Amino acid sequence: MQIRRRQLLGAGLGASALIALPGCSDQGGGSGTPSTEKKVEVFSWWSGPGEGEGLAALIEDFKKQNPGVEFINAAVAGGSGTQARQVLTTRLLNNDPPDSYQLHAGQEAASDIKADKLEDITYLYEAGGWKSQFPKGLLDKLTIDGKIYAVPVNIHRSNLLFFNPKKLSGWGISGPPQTWSDLLAQSKTLAGKGVKVLSVGTTWTQMHLMENVLLGELGTAKYNGLWDGSTDWNGDEVIKALDTFKQILAASVVGTDDWQPTIDKVIAGTAAYNVMGDWAAGYLQGPKALKYKTDYDVVASPGSTGVYNFLADSFTLPKNAKHKEFAEAWLKECASASGQDLFNPLKGSVPARLDSDKSKYKDYLAWALQEWQNTSTVVVGSLVHGVVANNAWKSEIERAYGLFFTDKDSKKFAGAVKAAYAANK
Amino acid sequence: MRRRSRRRMRNWLPGFLLVLPSLLAIGVFVYYFIGWNVAVSLTDWRGSLKPSDTFVGLANYRQLLADETFHNDSIHLVIFTGFFMAGALALGIFMALLLDKGVRGEGVYRAIFLFPMAISFIATGIIWRWLLNSDSGASTTGINKLTEAAGLGFLHSEWHKTDSSFAVAAIALPAGWALSGYIMALFLAGLRGIPEELREAARVDGASELRIYWHVIRPMLLPVLLSAVVILAHISLKTFDLIYAIDPGGPRTETPALYMWQTTFRGTFFARGASIATMLFIAIVLVITPYIWYTMRQERKK
Repeated sequence: MQIRRRQLLGAGLGASALIALPGCSDQGGGSGTPSTEKKVEVFSWWSGPGEGEGLAALIEDFKKQNPGVEFINAAVAGGSGTQARQVLTTRLLNNDPPDSYQLHAGQEAASDIKADKLEDITYLYEAGGWKSQFPKGLLDKLTIDGKIYAVPVNIHRSNLLFFNPKKLSGWGISGPPQTWSDLLAQSKTLAGKGVKVLSVGTTWTQMHLMENVLLGELGTAKYNGLWDGSTDWNGDEVIKALDTFKQILAASVVGTDDWQPTIDKVIAGTAAYNVMGDWAAGYLQGPKALKYKTDYDVVASPGSTGVYNFLADSFTLPKNAKHKEFAEAWLKECASASGQDLFNPLKGSVPARLDSDKSKYKDYLAWALQEWQNTSTVVVGSLVHGVVANNAWKSEIERAYGLFFTDKDSKKFAGAVKAAYAANK
Repeated sequence: MRRRSRRRMRNWLPGFLLVLPSLLAIGVFVYYFIGWNVAVSLTDWRGSLKPSDTFVGLANYRQLLADETFHNDSIHLVIFTGFFMAGALALGIFMALLLDKGVRGEGVYRAIFLFPMAISFIATGIIWRWLLNSDSGASTTGINKLTEAAGLGFLHSEWHKTDSSFAVAAIALPAGWALSGYIMALFLAGLRGIPEELREAARVDGASELRIYWHVIRPMLLPVLLSAVVILAHISLKTFDLIYAIDPGGPRTETPALYMWQTTFRGTFFARGASIATMLFIAIVLVITPYIWYTMRQERKK
């Protein structure tokens, strides 16, 4: 009995010590001491089809330029970065940042900058002469308080209207609508044939539609003003545009799916159009094996011809990055013409640089690149994809949108968005 | 005196050391974090990754109580909990009574009824999103397609996409489906625990089967019912994955748990998220405490 008890006691002590151990060893592990190891850890949410291959091509080129550097691909899948963001938040809070992480270019970086987690990399732009190689409209959207914190790898376009040309002519419609009221007019013709005019999915796809209705109805100048306080959300024009959005939503088939099943309805012919970003072209061309212009076609969303409502994936340099030298090398790779031309044809986006090799971009991408590089194209930024609003404001807009979606009160929604802007500047 | 205290120590010390690791682990990973969460909820931490130490008292709670989204979410949660519990209990008790009557191959049925609980809520959600699809025409799937094929097209339901505030009740369907087998197991065990002699005695006294169920079996199942209600209620308050899988970010089915996640990790409103978490925690405590108090009293009686 006595021995047994002593054994138990020992076991108890041992177990207590085990619990205490990790608490001790944690010291020093998380702090950002510079390291001499030749490696670089890059954090992204690129793991899906297309983007995963694009990243792999980029990594391969990086290894060629930087022999002997070990590349750690820390990709977290899911939800256009929402899952990754959660993991990243935890790591940044622990002062254990990756050497470079992915962000949507623009205001999405604002909260990290405020928390002093990001390095100003304007010096890389100056050293590399990048300022003359990216369009000015893009540089303006990247600049926050006079400083640049991110390198854009690719450019996506949000304001696109996808449709199935064969089905469209079958319904006796001559072409896609030029304005949102055209679209509402077409919805009446289509309703007679049992077809909904638009296919819309889960909340973010609805807000994606909303930003492009606002863009088409208000025009670029007033649309830009929505995000810097110079356009009054409570103004008549904005309320009228929101009312139009409500009518459009009422004429649409609204699901809770993500964007792929939503655009599938357009291909199947149960809905006529879908407003989605150009990653949808990659999906239709790749997994769905459809032909551009014959099986699917795409134009700028109503009222936004000659406008590029952009979003971009970019990479950053966190403060206390452990392998800063190689993180810089990675950013140079991301900004290089060769890197961008390897990545973008696979990802289904266009390069941010103006001097890229046009022959590598086919079908939809050829048209997109031509529009992007056209000097008369106006560049505006997307709300849903993190360009024009910081995370806090954006999430408050999402919350207000939730109420708007149920009570359909345009004035209340506009008022809430305006108040949230003031509170989260 | 001294010897006695040493002996007493010898009595409790080994036991104490044995449970010490788990006490420490629970202390840190449960109670410390609950405390940290409450502390965060009293600050104005938002918009930045840097924790704020500005104390704002109950301001976050006051804002939440005036927040229309939070109101709607709480109403959704009450509706969801009501439908989910009623559905799971009714179905579970019904299945338990059927099995208790004696069926050939009872083990097989038991396993089949229990299986849904073995599937993760995410997988359940993805299957049920397809089952609850309400698209029109060729893209209809699931239950609506089934009723259509059976010529019962008038039964077409919008499920969780209706404009009604009861949309969230559609999500109680898969939740109830998943948990009903578990409730069945609880009640079956309870029924089997009732000695056959009691029923026999009632029969001898000339009671009908229905009266036996009402006057003999029902009172003896009350403790089981209480456990079932508590288990279901706290699962319901915490449900996140199922709703997220069926309708991610949908305003009609949002509950405080989803709001908490959205506002914290997407909106960087850390203090607000912590306040919602604290309120959910209090709600769960309110459900569970009377139960623990009741069971402890029962045990002391014994």
